[in-house]
Amino acid sequence: MKLKQKLALGAGLMALSLSSAWAQGLEGKVIGFSQIGSESGWRAAETSVTKAEAEKRGVDLKFADAQQKQENQIKAIRGFIAQGVDAILVAPVVATGWEEVLTEAKEANIPVVLLDRGIEAPQELYLTSVASDQVKEGRVAAEWLVGAVGEATCNVVELQGTVGSSPAINRKQGFEDGIAGHANITISRSQTGDFTRAKGKEVMEGFLKAEGGGAGICAVYAHNDDMAVGAIQAIKDAGLKPGTDIKVVSIDAVPDIFAAMVAGEANATVELTPNMAGPAFDALDAYLNAGTVPEKFIITESKLYTPADDPQGEYDRRKGLGY
Amino acid sequence: MTRPKVDLHPTTRPPARHKRPLWAMFARPQVVALAMVLAVNWLLFPGFFSVTWQDGRLFGSLIDVLNRGAPVAILAIGMTAVIATKGVDLSVGAVMAICGAVGAQMVNSGQPAGLAVAVALAVGLLCGLWNGILVTLLQIQPIIATLVLMVAGRGLAQLVTEGSIVTFSDPVLIFIGTGSVLGLPTPVVITLVLLILATLIVRRSALGLLIEAVGVNRSAAHFAGISALSLLLVVYAFSGLCAALAGLIAAGDIRGADANNAGLWLELDAILAVVIGGTSLMGGRFSIPMSVLGAVIIQAMNTGILISGFSPEFNLVVKSGVIILILILQSPLSARLLHRRARRSPKAEDAA
Repeated sequence: MKLKQKLALGAGLMALSLSSAWAQGLEGKVIGFSQIGSESGWRAAETSVTKAEAEKRGVDLKFADAQQKQENQIKAIRGFIAQGVDAILVAPVVATGWEEVLTEAKEANIPVVLLDRGIEAPQELYLTSVASDQVKEGRVAAEWLVGAVGEATCNVVELQGTVGSSPAINRKQGFEDGIAGHANITISRSQTGDFTRAKGKEVMEGFLKAEGGGAGICAVYAHNDDMAVGAIQAIKDAGLKPGTDIKVVSIDAVPDIFAAMVAGEANATVELTPNMAGPAFDALDAYLNAGTVPEKFIITESKLYTPADDPQGEYDRRKGLGY
Repeated sequence: MTRPKVDLHPTTRPPARHKRPLWAMFARPQVVALAMVLAVNWLLFPGFFSVTWQDGRLFGSLIDVLNRGAPVAILAIGMTAVIATKGVDLSVGAVMAICGAVGAQMVNSGQPAGLAVAVALAVGLLCGLWNGILVTLLQIQPIIATLVLMVAGRGLAQLVTEGSIVTFSDPVLIFIGTGSVLGLPTPVVITLVLLILATLIVRRSALGLLIEAVGVNRSAAHFAGISALSLLLVVYAFSGLCAALAGLIAAGDIRGADANNAGLWLELDAILAVVIGGTSLMGGRFSIPMSVLGAVIIQAMNTGILISGFSPEFNLVVKSGVIILILILQSPLSARLLHRRARRSPKAEDAA
C-alpha cells in the first residue's frame, strides 16, 4: 500500500513536471545560433553539444558557421532577425563592433545570449552571457596541486598559452592566486607552448634539460590539455614517469587527457565545459515563458576531474563530441 | 623553330671559381653566428653541451636543437631550390598539415604504414606540382601561386582530420617522428640523408647550374636551351615532397595530426633559414648545406630562449634581435669591411 502510494505520488509529480515542461519549455521555438567556426576541437564539441541540447528541448536551431569572420556573424544575425526567430545565440569572434546589429535585434524584440566570450557593448543590448571563469579554472588547478603535495616542497613548471591571449593571462593569474600562501609551491619556469602539442613537447624538453633532467621538477601545469599531452611525451622521452615522477595538471578536459589518465600519466584536469548552450537555453526558457530576466553573467562550473572520476567513461562520453 | 639543346651531362666541368683552402669553408658569417648563439646558450645554461646516452639514444640540449630543427631544415632544403629559381613556396606549412593528416587517417583506417607514408609523400608531391603548374603554365607569380595553397591547404587538412587532432599509435609513423637510428633521432637522420642526396644531385650533375641559370635570368636560360618549365615543375614538386616529409615528422612527433597547428608559420622560418644561409631571394647562387645551417641557427636560438628562463613576452623580441645581428654580420657591407681589414687593399676589393 505504502509503495503504491509512493509510486502514484512519483508518477503524479513526474506528470506535473512533464506537463510544466511542455507548457513552458522551448518546444517549437526557433533559435538562431551564430558560431565562430570550427578552429579547435573544443569549438567543434561546443557546436555538437549545442545541437544536442537544442534537440533535447525540441528547439528548432538555425545554425550559422561564421568561419572566423565577424562580417559573417553580423550577416547571420541580420538573417535571423529577418526570419523572426524567438532568440539568438552568438559566440562572438571579436569583442568590438556589435552595437549596431545588437540594437537591431533589440528593436525587433529578440533576446540575444552571448556564449563563451564577452563583448564590449552596452549590457542592455544582450539578455545574458554564458561563459567560464578562466581565473577560477587556474585556481581550481592550483587548489588540486596544493592538496596533492601537502607540505612537501614542489617546483612547478608552467606551460602558458599563446602570449597575450586572455585564457593564458587569466589561467596564469588564477594558478598564482591558488598557490599564494603556500610557500612550499613555487613556479620555477614558465614559457609559452602556444596551446599546441608540438610546442608543449618542445618547451617541456627544454625545461627537463634545464632542471637537471627533470629531477628538479615536481609538477607541470599546462594552460590546456593539448600542451599537457605534449609534455607527457617529453617526460617519457626523458626516461621519467609522467603522473608519478612529475605530476601533470591542466585545463580543458578534452578526451585525450582522459586517455592519459587511464594510462596513469595525467593527474588532474579542470573542465572548460562545451555545454554553454544548456544554461543559455535554461535562461531563455525562463525569460520567454515566465519573463524572468537572468543575471547578466552566467558562469559555468569549473569541474575538477582526477583519475578517480572514471576517466575511461569520460573519454568514451566525450570522444563522439567532435573534440 | 628548333631550340638549341644543352648537354645535361657536360664532360668538361666549368673551372672552379676560386681554389679555397678547407678552413675557409668555416670562415663564414653563418658559422660565426652559430658559434655565437651556441656560446650564449652555454652561458645561460652551462649544461647545454652535455650529451648523455640514455635508453639507447643520445640525450641532451644539443640533440634537441638538431631534432627540433629537422622539420624546418627539411623545408629549407626544398625552399632553397625554389628560391634559387627566383621563386618562393609559401605553402609548405600547409602541405605539412595535409600530409600529416593523410598519413594519420590512413594508418587509422587500417592501411599498412608503408602505404600511408607513400601516399602522404605522393600527396606532397602533387601539392608541389600544383604550385609548379600555377607558376609555369598559368604564369602566376610564385608568391601568389603558393599563397593559394597556403590558405586553402590548411582547410584541406582540416577536412581530412574533420577538425580534430587525429591521434594514432602506429609504430612506423611514431618511429619517423620520435625514433632513433644509431643513437640519433630519426628526424635528424632523415635530414642528413636528404641533405647529402640533394647536395650531391644538384652539385654532381648540371642541375644546380640549370637552377641558377633560370634564377638569374629566365629568358636568357630559355634561349640557352634550358626548359625552365619542366625545371620549375621539378623544383616545386621537390619542395612539396620535402614538406610532406616534414609533415610526417611533425605528426609522428606528437603521435597525432594537428591540422590547425602543424607547420603553422614554418614556411616563414624556412625562408628565413634560406636567407640566413646566404641564398638571395633574387634567385641564382644557392647553397643547400648553408640553408640547413640557417635552420640549425634558428632552432639553437629557439632552444636557447626556452631554457634561458626569460619571460615568454621577450621570445620574439630576442629572436628578431639576434636575426638582425646575423643579417648585419653577413651583409655585403660588413663583408667588405672585414675584407678591407684583412687585406688592407680596398682598391683591389672595389675593382672586383
